[in-house]
Amino acid sequence: MSCSCHADPLVPVVAVVDNIRRDTADIKTFQVKKPEGGLPFIFKPGQCAMLSVPPLGEAIFSITSSPTQQEFLEFSIKNVGKVTDCLHQIEVGTEIGIRGPYGNNFPVEALRGKDLLFIGGGIGLAPLRSVINYALDNRSDYGKIDIVYGARSPEDFVHRNDLYQNWVEQADTDVHITVDREFEGWNGHVGFVPQYIEELNFSSDKTVLVCGPPIMIKFVLEVLEKLGFDQKQIYTTLELKMKCGIGKCGRCNIGDKYVCKDGPVFRCDELGKLPDEY
Amino acid sequence: MKKIAKDQLALLWEKIDQNYQLFLPIAKEKAVNFSTWKEGAEVDLDALRTVNSPKNIIFPQTETYLTFKKEGKKLGLEVVSRDEEYVVFGVRPCDVASFKLLDNVFLGEPVDKFYEENRQKGLIISQACLNPEETCFCNAFAINPESAPVGADVATWDLGDLLLWEAQSEKGKAFTEALSDLLEDVSEDDRKKLDEVKAGIKDKLEDLPLVHVAPEKIEGGLKEIFASEVWDELYQRCLGCGMCTYVCPTCHCYDLKDYNGNGCGERFRCWDSCMFSDFTMMAHGNPRTTQKERVRQRFMHKLVYYPNNYESYACVGCGRCTERCPVRLDIVKVIKKLGGERNEL
Repeated sequence: MSCSCHADPLVPVVAVVDNIRRDTADIKTFQVKKPEGGLPFIFKPGQCAMLSVPPLGEAIFSITSSPTQQEFLEFSIKNVGKVTDCLHQIEVGTEIGIRGPYGNNFPVEALRGKDLLFIGGGIGLAPLRSVINYALDNRSDYGKIDIVYGARSPEDFVHRNDLYQNWVEQADTDVHITVDREFEGWNGHVGFVPQYIEELNFSSDKTVLVCGPPIMIKFVLEVLEKLGFDQKQIYTTLELKMKCGIGKCGRCNIGDKYVCKDGPVFRCDELGKLPDEY
Repeated sequence: MKKIAKDQLALLWEKIDQNYQLFLPIAKEKAVNFSTWKEGAEVDLDALRTVNSPKNIIFPQTETYLTFKKEGKKLGLEVVSRDEEYVVFGVRPCDVASFKLLDNVFLGEPVDKFYEENRQKGLIISQACLNPEETCFCNAFAINPESAPVGADVATWDLGDLLLWEAQSEKGKAFTEALSDLLEDVSEDDRKKLDEVKAGIKDKLEDLPLVHVAPEKIEGGLKEIFASEVWDELYQRCLGCGMCTYVCPTCHCYDLKDYNGNGCGERFRCWDSCMFSDFTMMAHGNPRTTQKERVRQRFMHKLVYYPNNYESYACVGCGRCTERCPVRLDIVKVIKKLGGERNEL
């Protein structure tokens, strides 16, 4: 049975899960494409999509692959609720519903020529990875790339292959990894992400893209301010409860902005104009 | 302008009913609400305000828009098509204005096609308010209860024995034409009487207690109003029952849900409420943890956020919340408090 065509933004199309990779105990990365192959839609780095697993409903996820990857979309999904648990149970070849893309994107054109500092915490690496891979696939367009990533423990790293291999092998690209506390067998950096950023003492001419738990984002912003970064150089991407993805169901607003439509990417000076309710 | 004797209205309903689903204010178990007309229905054109707003006609409380079928790993999805064309008769000017406010949300990009389709299938007939009540404050939002409101395809006025009828839109004109054997032209006397009635409504308004509600007196920027201490006190009596959002003609929050029918089922949209504690609950927590945040969200949306986005308050002064809130925490009080009347209880 195929999906009948309807232009309504709430109606999903059928897509197939083509490959599933386990990243951590509770995170899997799914490759999704049209049943006949190819991307279900065109998108930009930082945008989101709504995945459907009837009869459990829908949930919104950031697209973790780069648009330069033309064969499939990738989603890194943590098992935290009904929809995500169902996604974690499915097998390769299962059809799901997908609609999107939703929201704005990281301004990859405006970032050309700049040194980029990516700061990710936990599953928050997912939306950043889309931009990182986009920048690396257009390497000559961007300056130095630094990636700071932190997780609760060494077992909680998402995209381990990227962190330890794909990204570090790239020219003029440094990856800095930290875990929250000491672990046996862990010889790398120990400490929370904001503290690590302060230790690394980055020069304040970089453009920063940050995503992670809200509490991490808030502390990272404080540290960046201390290091002399202008709020206009810092972008973040947010997540709130969403149902429609198109700014109508009334759930994900911060002040007069809807995260699903006006975000999820916000420049920090713009975010500063909104009430602290996220 | 046309007219029809009110004792002929049953014939009009019958005629409209032949080609459309006809919604009218109908009394059932002592409550007047818009519902589908059937012969013998107790139509009540005198009731000023229906208990529920006619919002559910253009934005149904529950609507299935997709069916799904799972067979092994396969998933089939089918869009559910809409119902027949409809006419809503007797929509008050405040409720007509609320449709425009919902349009701003649903017809803004990206357009909600289900809503758009539903709107296009409808014809709206307004009825001016001869007797605004004590809970009315539509004038605070520049709505004239005696008027032929923008957005009504046909406007009507009840002059006692007669109903005056003015087609406004192209759709309304074609509809009027099709009913020409039941409608006759008005006389000069009828027009004069209408002018008198309109002037009378304006006089009545001046005597109503909420006539001086003034949302434009609310001062300060978004963050300032957000941080106002007014919320600390206001929210405390809120029960979080959601009645205000349910009866409000401009509240548009919704949920999307799946109904499981063992391998196949349907996805539907239903009204939701920002007053409920799980409305914004997600895996990593809840940005609105107490009723204070939820009460603030609802009124900030009506009085600050929505106006920032659409240059209009998201309230039409219908008074339903002032009447229905079990603890009398309504938007009039909030407007007064935020407007500097700190003693308002």
